[in-house]
Amino acid sequence: MNDLALHLLDIVQNSLSAGASLITIIVDEDLIKNKLSMAVKDNGRGMTQEQVKKLSDPFFTSRTTRRVGLGVPLFRQTAEQSGGSLEVTSEPGKGTLLSVHFQYDHLDRPPLGDIPNAVVLMMSANPHVDFEYKYSYNGKSYEIDTFQLKEVLGDTPLSDLHVMGMIEEMIKTNQSDLKVCPIQ
Amino acid sequence: MTKIKSLDELRQKKQQLEQSLEIREKSDHPESMIQIKVAMATCGIAAGARTVMNALVEKIRNEKIPAVVTQTGCMGYCYAEPTIEVKKPGQDPVVFSYVDVKKAEEIIDKYIRNNELIDGILPANYQTI
Repeated sequence: MNDLALHLLDIVQNSLSAGASLITIIVDEDLIKNKLSMAVKDNGRGMTQEQVKKLSDPFFTSRTTRRVGLGVPLFRQTAEQSGGSLEVTSEPGKGTLLSVHFQYDHLDRPPLGDIPNAVVLMMSANPHVDFEYKYSYNGKSYEIDTFQLKEVLGDTPLSDLHVMGMIEEMIKTNQSDLKVCPIQ
Repeated sequence: MTKIKSLDELRQKKQQLEQSLEIREKSDHPESMIQIKVAMATCGIAAGARTVMNALVEKIRNEKIPAVVTQTGCMGYCYAEPTIEVKKPGQDPVVFSYVDVKKAEEIIDKYIRNNELIDGILPANYQTI
């Protein structure tokens, strides 16, 4: 995995496999505290304590097509090599929360990558699932969710490729605006 | 072009788009569209599935091909990632392996447009693994 956006795509795929209908993605860049955090929360079928414990084992997977599952172990390794951590809390029938923290300026922390693109790809590839996305930069934040988007779009599906480009542009403009320092 | 920033601007832009392009009601008739599924599990993403998906989206958008791009999980072909499955209406799905940007364009130009088969098709599975 080259950047954190790819890990995000991967983790969200797990939520989708767990049958989630609402997935919340949170990305928080906090340069003041020197922290970068990401979280993925879903309302899928959840996991038992036993399964949560086994998550870091690369030879544990719920899938039947192959015997290894590297998504979470790779993400955990990336977090731990850059002075961070990964935690998963889950309850059967309720859903799962995966949160990961990085030391922002750690040399081994991979770049964040193109998060808006990843989010929009997920939204449009899974129009029947709702997504909430929150991005924060030094305490200022921008939020968008598919409930609002679907209302605005009306009959036009989220999977429409022109619409997709527009949403991506909207998220990117708002995110880069958060990074502008106001003139004192 | 002015940048879209708020939901209202998005709404306006969408209306302009509808007038100029006459968007088909894709979500209501997914079976009449070509469906492209990009395998996006750990193996696929690590091998570059996102780049491929972006390339597909870009080409389909520019050339106005009646197709929807969705994602799927691991199909068990980790060695051959990135893989994409193309299902034309009324036909059996075909899975292409080792897809990069160039190959993705070739699939659209040859298979989707002209029904021409190209190298790298994975054999259909008749048994569960």
